[in-house]
Amino acid sequence: MNNDLINYTLHLADNSLILGQRNSEWCGHGPILEQDIAITNISLDLIGQARNFYQYAASLKADGSTEDSLAYLKTEREYKNCLLVEQPNGDWAQTILRQFLFSNYQYLLYQQLQSHKDDQLAAIAEKSLKEVTYHLRWSSEWVIRLGDGTEESHNRMLKAIDELWRYTGELFMPADYEKESGIELTVIKDGWNKKVNIVFDDATLIPPSGGGGAFMQSGGKQGKHTEHLGYILTELQYMQRAYPGCEW
Amino acid sequence: MTTSTIDKKTLYAYLDEIKDPEVPVLSIIDLGIVRDIVMHGEEIEIIITPTYTGCPAMDMIAMHIRMMLATLGFKKQKVTTVLSPAWTTDWMSEDGKRKLKEYGIAPPNPRQQVCDDKLFAAAESVQCPLCNSYHTHRISEFGSTACKALYQCDDCKEPFDYFKCH
Ligand SMILES: [Zn+2]
Repeated sequence: MNNDLINYTLHLADNSLILGQRNSEWCGHGPILEQDIAITNISLDLIGQARNFYQYAASLKADGSTEDSLAYLKTEREYKNCLLVEQPNGDWAQTILRQFLFSNYQYLLYQQLQSHKDDQLAAIAEKSLKEVTYHLRWSSEWVIRLGDGTEESHNRMLKAIDELWRYTGELFMPADYEKESGIELTVIKDGWNKKVNIVFDDATLIPPSGGGGAFMQSGGKQGKHTEHLGYILTELQYMQRAYPGCEW
Repeated sequence: MTTSTIDKKTLYAYLDEIKDPEVPVLSIIDLGIVRDIVMHGEEIEIIITPTYTGCPAMDMIAMHIRMMLATLGFKKQKVTTVLSPAWTTDWMSEDGKRKLKEYGIAPPNPRQQVCDDKLFAAAESVQCPLCNSYHTHRISEFGSTACKALYQCDDCKEPFDYFKCH
């Protein structure tokens, strides 16, 4: 079987799972009820996407793997999500910015993926794209609301940019298994920068000057993660590790 | 019962008895998530499509279909999920829209109005399912389930769910 396709599918799945898990930490803790519901709805969409990708990866592997074993029983180094999605929630500004930076990328990625030569990846992308459109719109509006809000909210956005910007470069650096995927990351990068500029402009925020100056972290796609992923997995995998095979 | 003693029309009538667990006035036929019924010799296959990617009701719906088929006596059966073409609210039947409204949930508007990435677009104009006023406003674009948004009527003051166009 094509290992690149399996790894690429797992990478897509892990991105959605880990961000979905992160967002779900807000459940019951959102700043107001409607936004608590919004962020957990987004979480549900992402976990739904992850399920579709894991089910497909399991069928490609055809070695007895299931969507559950691929989500719950991998070791840290086996996760291929980008570093951005595993970063802590921080305050609402940091969560919003992480969602915006990622949804902006995912929106452009799925637009390409929906006409991929692999029918199943294309179908999952097509199905998810409308939901991702909601995520992008919602998070863009919040970036503007906070950036162009009060002095306090503006400063929090600045701090969030400072925390997260260094994890955005990795989105556009292809891993080995991504190189033959047919996805044009340079096209995505252009569209992504354009959208960031538009939204930041409305939000009275300035993107850090990329120009070769800003240092970018990478490694997540290859399984080399920040310390945060381990803590996520501790919580995510607890039930399956403590009670193997448990269902409800 | 076997594939040779039942026709599709009868089967669709049985499937119409299975309700969406989250919106129990709607059957899976009303929702438009049953794509096809296929007979392979002795085996029967029901093809369904999810409304939203993460909709937790889908697993339960698939289980209800399998139980229904088992009750009818089908020994070999399967439920297959397909994603493409992606479901939209256009697949919901007119009957389904009427039932939703009677239940107090505003049905999806016939034409998609704000399903793009434009920011701060005016909220869709949605009719209050209780007093029929269009004088309503959106409280939140995310609601109690993935498929709904939350609105309030400015005339009768009642808050209500809107099955958002998708
Ligand atoms: Zn009213």
